[in-house]
Amino acid sequence: MPGMIAAFVATTQRELLLSLRRPGDMLNPLVFFLMVSTLFPLAVGPDNETLKEIGPGVTWVAALLAMLLSLNSLFMSDYEDGSLEQLLLSAQPLPVLGLGKTLAHWLVTGLPLVIVAPIVAVTYRLPNEVIFVMMLTLLLGTISLSLLGAIGAALTVGIHRGTALLSLLVLPLSMPLLIFGARTVALAANNEVYSAGIYFLAAYAVGALTLAPFATAAALRISNE
Amino acid sequence: MWNTIWTFFHKLASPPHFYRISAILLPWLAVPGYLLVAWGTYNGLFTAPEDYQQKDAFRIIYVHVPSAYLSMMAYMVMAISAGIGLIWRMKLAHAVAAAAAPIGAAFTFLALATGSIWGRPMWGTWWEWGDPRLTSELILLFLYFGYMALRSSIGDTAKADKASAVLALVGAINVPIIHYSVEWWTSLHQGQTLLAEGGPAIDTAMLWPLLANIFGFSLIFGSMLLRRLRTEVLFRERRKRWVKELALGGQQS
Repeated sequence: MPGMIAAFVATTQRELLLSLRRPGDMLNPLVFFLMVSTLFPLAVGPDNETLKEIGPGVTWVAALLAMLLSLNSLFMSDYEDGSLEQLLLSAQPLPVLGLGKTLAHWLVTGLPLVIVAPIVAVTYRLPNEVIFVMMLTLLLGTISLSLLGAIGAALTVGIHRGTALLSLLVLPLSMPLLIFGARTVALAANNEVYSAGIYFLAAYAVGALTLAPFATAAALRISNE
Repeated sequence: MWNTIWTFFHKLASPPHFYRISAILLPWLAVPGYLLVAWGTYNGLFTAPEDYQQKDAFRIIYVHVPSAYLSMMAYMVMAISAGIGLIWRMKLAHAVAAAAAPIGAAFTFLALATGSIWGRPMWGTWWEWGDPRLTSELILLFLYFGYMALRSSIGDTAKADKASAVLALVGAINVPIIHYSVEWWTSLHQGQTLLAEGGPAIDTAMLWPLLANIFGFSLIFGSMLLRRLRTEVLFRERRKRWVKELALGGQQS
């Protein structure tokens, strides 16, 4: 038991350290998120009412795409330099190690998105209470996205040019998150009851946290055969 | 008794035996299937009365409902056999999953196309985003695409089998979640009539052809699955002796 927790912490720390050494990898999804959010006002026009209307959806779609973009590198470098095989051979359970890597991925990609999202939301003229709801949905949603995406990343890790494939696998699975995430923010913007969506996102995050690491571990073993 | 059934299944799992048994089984699925669909479609189109509201447009349900049902059914077949293949390492089960996916995708497409054709006169639009079942059917089609894309991008069959099996299982857990999350939107779709409380809210002259078509489509699905499975098995076992003998000795196996 203590060994398992130590291994979990060590994996997470290693990943975080690696990300800090390469800050570009960390920043790219964030910049991408901001750019995609800029595209919509440019395409739709600067009408305030329209922007307010599409704001929640656009922010959520941009966050989803930014998460997807970053997923490809989750296991890639470890696969290439062989350290993934060391993880597979480790005496500690693989789901826990995979979860450590996923946690690091969320801390480096998901959490910054949640923090930056209000800036985008303000430019879309969303009121402050709504921005708070948006951060909450993104917080819960990005956790699920990291976990779900880790399964896809593990399945496609050995595949040459797997980025498009990864999106193809993860996008349909993430659609419920998008529906609930964006609709909950939209409900809040219309002053309606939105708690059901928050509960759903929380339930999904807990469910993904429970089941996804095992699927990720199974997928990693298959990809490394 | 149990032993006989057990040996039967063990034999079924061996490709040459499966190939022999499936040849016998195939006409028993295909012939009744096509007969039922012929009867159901004829009666659905000609003898069933007009709907008092939708007039003749309702008759598309004789294709739409069976395809929608089979689009889900095929995913279940795929996911369950993928699970069996993953847990008990049964190669034939993986072949079943591989064979079921394109058929399922085809039925999903058929359900979408007929639904959209029906929607044109009824809703006045080819596509209605507000309709939950149309949307979840579309996401189901994407799931099939993802599954087939993953399978085709891994060269090694054994690896492709296992990787796509994990994806099928993850997808199977998500299918009900997708279904209900999409339902959360406001619905324009017809309420359920077949499984409504207090018996089906549909005239028996309309119902019998529909049931015949649902059952007939299922049998045809079974026969198509078997047919694809037979080619799949032959392809997978192409280096084995029994396949060579089969190929050289004509139909004799």
